[in-house]
Amino acid sequence: MSGPESHVAHALAPVATPLALGAQPAHPARSASAFEAARLALRRDLQLAFRKRSQLVQPLAFFAMVTLLFPLAISPELSRLRELAPGVLWVGALLASLLALEFLFRDDAHDGTLEQYALSGQSLTALIFAKTLAHWLLTGLPLALMAPLAALSLGVGVAAVPGIVAAVAVGSVTLSLIGSIGGALTLGIKRSGALLSLLTLPLSLPVLIFGARATQLAIHGTPFLAPLELLGALAVFAITLAPLAAAAAVRISLE
Amino acid sequence: MTWTWFHRLASPPHVYALAARLTPWFAWPAALCIVAGLWGGLVLAPPDYQQGDGFRILYVHAPSAWMSLMVYMTMAIAAAIGLIWRMKVAHAVAASCAPIGASFTFAALVTGALWGEPMWGTYWEWDPRLTSELVLLFLYLGYMGLRAGIEDPQRADRASALLAIVGVVNVPIIHYSVTWWNSLHQAPSVMRLAKPAMPFAMVAPLLLMLLGFTLLFVALLLTRLRSEVLARERSASWIREVVTG
Repeated sequence: MSGPESHVAHALAPVATPLALGAQPAHPARSASAFEAARLALRRDLQLAFRKRSQLVQPLAFFAMVTLLFPLAISPELSRLRELAPGVLWVGALLASLLALEFLFRDDAHDGTLEQYALSGQSLTALIFAKTLAHWLLTGLPLALMAPLAALSLGVGVAAVPGIVAAVAVGSVTLSLIGSIGGALTLGIKRSGALLSLLTLPLSLPVLIFGARATQLAIHGTPFLAPLELLGALAVFAITLAPLAAAAAVRISLE
Repeated sequence: MTWTWFHRLASPPHVYALAARLTPWFAWPAALCIVAGLWGGLVLAPPDYQQGDGFRILYVHAPSAWMSLMVYMTMAIAAAIGLIWRMKVAHAVAASCAPIGASFTFAALVTGALWGEPMWGTYWEWDPRLTSELVLLFLYLGYMGLRAGIEDPQRADRASALLAIVGVVNVPIIHYSVTWWNSLHQAPSVMRLAKPAMPFAMVAPLLLMLLGFTLLFVALLLTRLRSEVLARERSASWIREVVTG
């Protein structure tokens, strides 16, 4: 019994202890601050994810696949593809992050980890935020790093790369947070894939609009800071409110 | 001033009886307003100098669009009341609102498309208001889908209430980003109604229709609420008295 797995169990022990001792959630024997608990939850999720690398790769492969579909469906002419690149990139990123949402809560809901979180006496909002942050680090950030490759294959110049990375990185924060609400609401519903997309896609439209706009401006070599700042504003707004809503949704789902 | 009347609103039998008593007080005025408004709008109002008789679909389109938003607000407020005070009747109100709101939204979209064909030469224009309306329809469908997807009724109530509140926070953001998107991508090709010169004979029927649709919504809501309460309380003893007595 050594290695990261047991290390995780040990590291999370302070979070789980109050429950194990049968203490009331209202008066937990707090041995870790909310920040510490969130940090541990984040590390646990990252370590678990690196144990199942195929799950990490799937959304990226899906994103690459969607990018491949457009030249085949429309035209191999790079001049036309370049015009369509922002839309292709953002629809691909949106769908890939939607696909990855399945991994956000499902396993933890199955094995009871979410219930332990809810009963731990720690701030569920902080723990859910940590989980969402882990989800972004595992899907949003890799998508942002891969988006330039997809863009280059669509005939976009190298000069646009920083703008595309920034836009996808900032926009996917909001996508992960919106997804955390949708994922938490649909916990326990069988075959919830279509419902999850119906819940999250309408709320994701502002990200799509500003993200595609920033990407378009970056591709044309014009300043893209304005839509990027709006993406940042959306991300800040989502960081402030979405974890609260997602934590409330998790509590409702666990009732 | 006592609050008994408010607390009694939490009692399903009382609400059931109250809804039954109130329904005709909204349904008949709604019918009167709508008949008068349609008569005024379709017969009495003069044809528009630019749009001819085509503009008359406005008398159904504008009230539907107005109701689509108002019903969503009503639904979200009822959902919030249900979530905060754990009031079952409020959840029943929210649940009753959703299909009505979705129908008004659908009616607004269809009449908008029918209006667009003679006016703009196309059934669908990616106009910000049309697009926002379409997104609103998806919000309603998501709400109803979530409610239908969760088997436990109390969980369905609370989860869909949270979704309605999240939706209300997002509706303005979606609306403004769609407006911003459209103003960047497309020159304004939409013909607007001539704003200053809408004569009284045109405005009065519109106001009547707005009032009529609002009353119609309340009447529909009360009726749906009764069946919703019946379905939710189907094992309660007072239901037997209502049904047999």
